[in-house]
Amino acid sequence: MSTEKILSSDGIPLEISLKKAERKNKIKAVMLVGPLFLFLIITYVFPIGDMLFRSVDDRMITKMLPNTFTSLEKWDGKDLPEEPVYAALYEDLAYLKKTKTYGKIIARLNYEKGGFSSLIKKTVRKLGKFEEGDYKSQFIATHKRWGDINYFIALRNAAPNWSYVKYLKGLDLKLDQDGNIIQQPEDRRIHKTLWLRTLKVAFWVTIFCFILAYPISYLLATLPMKYSNLLMICVLLPFWTSLLVRTSSWMVLLQQQGPINDLIVFLGLAANDNRPELMYNVIGTFVAMTQILLPFMVLPLYSVMKTISPSLMRAGKSLGGTPFVAFRQIYFPLTVPGIGAGSLLVFILAIGYYITPALVGGASGSLISNTIAYHMKSSLDWSFAAALGTMLLVGVLTIYWIYNKLVGIDNIKLG
Amino acid sequence: MSLPTYTAWNYRIWHYTYLTICGLVFFFLIAPLFIILPLSFNAEQYIHFSAGMLALDPDAFSLRWYEDMIYGTKNPWGLAAKNSIIIAFFATIGSTILGTVAALGLSSRHMPYKAAFMALLISPMIVPLIISGTAIFFFMAKVGLAATHTGIILAHIILGTPFVVITVTATLTGFDHSVTRAAASLGSHPVNTFMKITLPLILPGVISGALFAFVTSFDEVVVVLFLAGLENTTIPIQMWVGLREQLSPTIMAVATCLIIMSTLILVSAELLRRRSERLRGINR
Repeated sequence: MSTEKILSSDGIPLEISLKKAERKNKIKAVMLVGPLFLFLIITYVFPIGDMLFRSVDDRMITKMLPNTFTSLEKWDGKDLPEEPVYAALYEDLAYLKKTKTYGKIIARLNYEKGGFSSLIKKTVRKLGKFEEGDYKSQFIATHKRWGDINYFIALRNAAPNWSYVKYLKGLDLKLDQDGNIIQQPEDRRIHKTLWLRTLKVAFWVTIFCFILAYPISYLLATLPMKYSNLLMICVLLPFWTSLLVRTSSWMVLLQQQGPINDLIVFLGLAANDNRPELMYNVIGTFVAMTQILLPFMVLPLYSVMKTISPSLMRAGKSLGGTPFVAFRQIYFPLTVPGIGAGSLLVFILAIGYYITPALVGGASGSLISNTIAYHMKSSLDWSFAAALGTMLLVGVLTIYWIYNKLVGIDNIKLG
Repeated sequence: MSLPTYTAWNYRIWHYTYLTICGLVFFFLIAPLFIILPLSFNAEQYIHFSAGMLALDPDAFSLRWYEDMIYGTKNPWGLAAKNSIIIAFFATIGSTILGTVAALGLSSRHMPYKAAFMALLISPMIVPLIISGTAIFFFMAKVGLAATHTGIILAHIILGTPFVVITVTATLTGFDHSVTRAAASLGSHPVNTFMKITLPLILPGVISGALFAFVTSFDEVVVVLFLAGLENTTIPIQMWVGLREQLSPTIMAVATCLIIMSTLILVSAELLRRRSERLRGINR
C-alpha cells in the first residue's frame, strides 16, 4: 500500500496547509488577547513586581553615607574603628548637613539601634566646630556614643543593599546585633495578633456566610421561576449597591442609639443607660462583612444547586431513605463544588477587606489591610507597607491557585 | 413549595421552620438597605427615628437634606458627582473595549495557554484592593499620573476589565461559530462579520460587562483614596470622608440616590441577562 499524501486544491499537502491555517488562527487569538495582556503587564503586573522590589530595597542608607560604608568594609568589628572611618563619617555628615538631608538616615539608623537619633542630631549640630585632623577624638568628645562599638556594629549591619528585615518585622521578629533572628519584645508584638485576627475574621465570615447562604440558595433553586426571580432581587440588590452605602447602613443600625440597640433595650436584654457597644469592635466587622459578602456565597451555590435534578432526592426517598438521609447522602455531596467555590471566593475577598473594618471595626476590629493603609498614608513607612502587602498577596495568590485548581477560574459566575 | 396533604406533622413543622429561617436571612440581606430611605427624609439633624417619624407626622419629614446635597454651599457633592461620572464613563469604555476583544481571543479554540491567560486577566478582581491600590499608586506617581483623572481612569480600567472578560466569555460559551463561518464563506470581511453578526449576538453580555465595569468604577474607593488629589474627589471619597467624621443626614440622602441608581442598574442587568439567554436559545 502506498501512503500517498492528500493534497489540497492548490497542490500543498493537506497536513501542511491545515497546520498553516491553525497557526494563523492561533496568532489571531493571541493578537486579540494581546492589547489587554500588555496593558495589564505594564500598568498592573509590573507595578506589583516593583512593590515587591521596594519591600526589600535598602539602598538609601548606603547611598547617603557612601564614604563611611566603604571605609567600614576594612573594619574587623572587634575594636573601635580607626581614624579613616571617622574621617569618612565626617565627610558624609558634612555633606548631608550642607544639603539638609540627614533627616532620612536618622529614622533608618534609629530602627537599627535606638539612640542614633539624638546621636546624629547632636553631632550634625556641632559639626561646624570640628577641626581638620584627629576626627576620632573629636567625635567621641562630641558624643560618648561614638566611642561605643555597638553603634558601629549597628551601622555596619545597615550596609547591605537588600534586606528582609521588613518581612521579619511583619512577623514580629527582628535581627539582633549578631544577625540572629529573634522575637520582638513582648509589648511590640502587634502584627502576629493582626494576622491571626485577619485569618479568624475571614474564616468565621466564610462560615457564617455558608450557614446563611445554604438554606436560601436551596429555596431559590427549588422554587418555581416566578417566585425565585422575585427573591433573587433580595440577593442581587445588595450585590449591586455601593459598598459604602451598605457599610453606612450598618453604621446606622449598629450605633449606640440605633434600631438594634433600641430593640435590645425594648426586649429588656440591656438597660437603657448601659447599651452594648455593637460598633467599633470586632462584632461590627463580623456582622457587616457577613451581610456584605453573603451574595458572593449565594450565587455560586445557587448556580450549582440549579443543576441538581430534584428526581435524585425523590429516588433516594423512594429507596427508603428518610429526607435527612437523602439530603446528606445525595444532595449535599452534589453541592460541594458550589460550597468550595463560594467559600474560597468569600475567604479571598474577606482577607483583604479594607473599607468595612476601617469604618465599623474600630481599633479591635481592624485587619491587615488597615495596617497597610496606615503605613502608606500615616507613618509613611512605604517599604514596610509593601512588605505586608507582599505577604498578604502571597497568601491570596495561594488560595487563588487552589481555587483555580478546584473550581477553574473560567467558572466564576456573576449574577 | 406547598406541601402535599399526606405530609406528616413533624415534616410540616420542619418545613415551616425552614421557611421562617429563609425569611429571616432574606430580611438580613435586604433590610439594612431600607433603613436608610426614611432617615434621609428626617426633618431633624440626627440619624435616628424621631417620635414624630414613628407617628408618621408629616412635619417630621422633609427634603432639607436633599436640598443641602444639591444646593449646600460648602458641599463637595456637585464636583464629586461630576468627577465620578467622567471617570466611570471613560473607564467603562476602556474596560469594555479591552475586555471584549480579549474575551473574543480567549474563547477561541486556538488560544494557547488559555487557563494561564485567564488567571492573569482576572487577577485584578482577586488581588486585595489595598495591594492593587499601593502598587498602582507607586506606578502612577512614577509616571506622573498621580492625582490626575487619567491616572484614576487607567486604574479603573484595570479593575473593570475582569468583569467584562467574565461576562463576555460566558456569553461566548455556546456561541454558534458556524454563523461566522457562514459569513466568511459568503465573502464578508472579519471586521464586518464581527460588527454585523457576532457583536449583536453577544451584545447583552458586553453591556452587562459594561454595567459591572461602570459600577466598579463608580463605587471604587480604595484605589482612588491613594490616587486622588483634592481636584479628583469622587462620590465614594466624599462618602468615606463623611462617614469617618460622623453620620450626617446628607450622606443618607446621597446613599438613597445611590440605592435608586443601583436598583435601576439591577433591573437593566436582569433584563439583559434574560434577553441574552433567549438569544442563545437557553431555556430554563
